[in-house]
Amino acid sequence: MPLFAAGLVALVGSVAGGVLVGSGDIGLAELGRVLGGHLGLHVDPLPRLLDSLVWDLRIPRVLMAAVVGAALAICGAVLQAVTRNALAEPYLLGISHGASTGAVVVVVLGVGGGALGVSGGALVGALGSFALLLALLGSRGLSSVRVLLTGIVVGLLFEAVTYLVLMASSDADTTRAITYWLLGSMAPSRWDTLVVTAVVAAVGLLVLWLYSTALDGLAFGTDTAAALGINVRATRIVLLVVTAVLTSVVVASVGAIAFVGLIVPHGVRFLLGPAHRTLLPFSALAGAVFLVWTDALARVAFAPREVPVGVFTALVGVPLFLLVLRRRGDL
Amino acid sequence: MGLAWAAGGRTIITGVDLDVAPGETVGLIGPNGSGKSSLLRCLAGLRAPSAGTVRHGDEDIAGWSARRIARRLAFVEQTADSDTDLRVADVVALGRTPFRDRWRGVDRTDRAIVDAALDRLDLTELRHRRWATLSGGERQRAHIARALAQRPHAILLDEPTNHLDVRHQLELMALLTGTDQTVLVALHDLALAARFCDRLVLLHRGALVADGTADEVLTSARLREVYEIDAEVGRDALGHPAIAYRGVT
Repeated sequence: MPLFAAGLVALVGSVAGGVLVGSGDIGLAELGRVLGGHLGLHVDPLPRLLDSLVWDLRIPRVLMAAVVGAALAICGAVLQAVTRNALAEPYLLGISHGASTGAVVVVVLGVGGGALGVSGGALVGALGSFALLLALLGSRGLSSVRVLLTGIVVGLLFEAVTYLVLMASSDADTTRAITYWLLGSMAPSRWDTLVVTAVVAAVGLLVLWLYSTALDGLAFGTDTAAALGINVRATRIVLLVVTAVLTSVVVASVGAIAFVGLIVPHGVRFLLGPAHRTLLPFSALAGAVFLVWTDALARVAFAPREVPVGVFTALVGVPLFLLVLRRRGDL
Repeated sequence: MGLAWAAGGRTIITGVDLDVAPGETVGLIGPNGSGKSSLLRCLAGLRAPSAGTVRHGDEDIAGWSARRIARRLAFVEQTADSDTDLRVADVVALGRTPFRDRWRGVDRTDRAIVDAALDRLDLTELRHRRWATLSGGERQRAHIARALAQRPHAILLDEPTNHLDVRHQLELMALLTGTDQTVLVALHDLALAARFCDRLVLLHRGALVADGTADEVLTSARLREVYEIDAEVGRDALGHPAIAYRGVT
C-alpha cells in the first residue's frame, strides 16, 4: 500500500513534469495559474494564447498519455496471462491493427462519425481481428510462439487493409494526417476524447483487476484453473472482450502504440513478482509514468518537429522483445 | 446406469459404476490409456459425462458451477506445469480461490489454512521460493498442498507420485491415507496402490473390470488379462501385497 501511494505520487509528479516539458515557457508557477484560473480561483491569468496552449493542448495530452499508458500496460499483462505467452500484447497480436482498420474505415468512408463512431469502428475492428486470430489458431490452444506468429500475420493483414482503404478513398491531406495517427501520437488529444478514454479505461481496469485471482490460476492451464472453481470459458471471454474494448478506445484516441504492453508488465513482474493483484495496479501506474515521459521525449527530442510516440516505444520495445525471445529459447 | 464419456467420436470410458464412501482411499489402477485420467476428470466435474451422472452426496453435480464443485472437490493434475514465477505460498493460496470473493485478498483465515497445508507437505521452508526454481517433486507437493488448502470433502489425484522419490512417495501416500479425507487416486505403481489404498478399482479399455481389496483385485489371471504381463502375486517380507514380474505375455 505505501508503495502504491509512492507510485501515485510519482505519477502526479510525472504528469506535472510532462506538462512543463515542450514548447512555451511554462514553469510550475504558470501551471498553477492555469489550473487555478480554470478551477475558478482568483489568480492572475496567463496570456490567452499560453493559457490555451497549456489548458487545451498540453494538459489533456499529458493526461491522455497517462491513461493510454495504463490501459496498454494492463492489456499486455492480461493478454500474457490469458494466452500463457510472455510476448502477448495488443500490438503484437494484431488487435491494435484491427482497431486501426475499423477506425480508418469510419473516418475515411464516413460511416458513423464523431468520437463515438470512431471508437465504435475501432471496437468492431479489434473484435474482428481477435475473432480471426482465434479462428486461425483453432482448438489447438493459445500458448507458444504460434499465437505470436499468427497475431503478427493478422496484424499485417489488417495493416494492408487499412492502407488500401486509405489510399483508395481519401485525399492527400487526410492520408498524411491518418498516417501520422497510425504511428501513434498524443498530439491530437483533447478534453472530450480524454474523458471518454479515461472513463472506459477506469472501468476496464477495475473489471480486469477483479479477475486477478483467475489470472493467477490460468497460469496452470485450463483443467487446474477449472478445478480451482474458475469458469475458464466465461473468464477468458470477459478478459478478451475487455482487453479489446480498452485497445480500441486507445487506438481510436491516439493510434496504435506498440510495445507498452510488453515493456511495462515485464518490468513490474521483474520487480514485484507475477501475482496479478499487485501486478495489474502497478503496471497501470508504471505504464502511465512511462508513456508520459516517452511522450515528453517525443515532443522535445527533435524540437520543433515532433516524433510520433509510437516510434520511441518501439525503439525501447524491440530490444526487450528479442531479450524475452532469447530467454525463452526461441531465438 | 454407468458413467460414460466420449471424445472425438471415440468412447473413452463406458459403463463405469463407482461408489466412494466418505473417508475411503480408493486407488484407481489400469494400464496406459485405460481411462483413469478421463474418469477422474469426469468425477472432478471438468468433463461432462456423455451418459450417466456424477453424484456428490445425493446431488448430481451436472448443474453445479465450477466454484461450487471446487469447494467440495480438489483435483490434482498429473502435469500442471507453468512458466509462472509465483511463489510457492501464492500457488498454495490459489486453493482458497473458491472461497474468496473478487474484492477481497487472502485474509487471515486463508493464510492460516495455507500455512497448515504447507506444513503438512513439508514445504514451509520453500514457501518463498519461485515456481521456476522448484524441482518436479516440489511442484507436485505444492499442487497437493494447494488441493489441501481447498479443504475439500474429497481429493482426486492423477498419478501424484510420478515425480517423487521413494521417500516422498511413501510420505505422500501416508499423508493421503492417514486422515479421514476421502481420496481417489490414480496410480501406476501397483505395490504402492496395494499397500496404501483401502480399495482398488481396475480399469481396462474404459471399463471397470474389478473393484475390491488389493487381494481381490490383483490376481495373476487379471494382471495377465489387463496388463498383458506374467506376474506372481504374493506377500513381501513385511507381509504387504507384492508382485513379482516374470515378463510380458
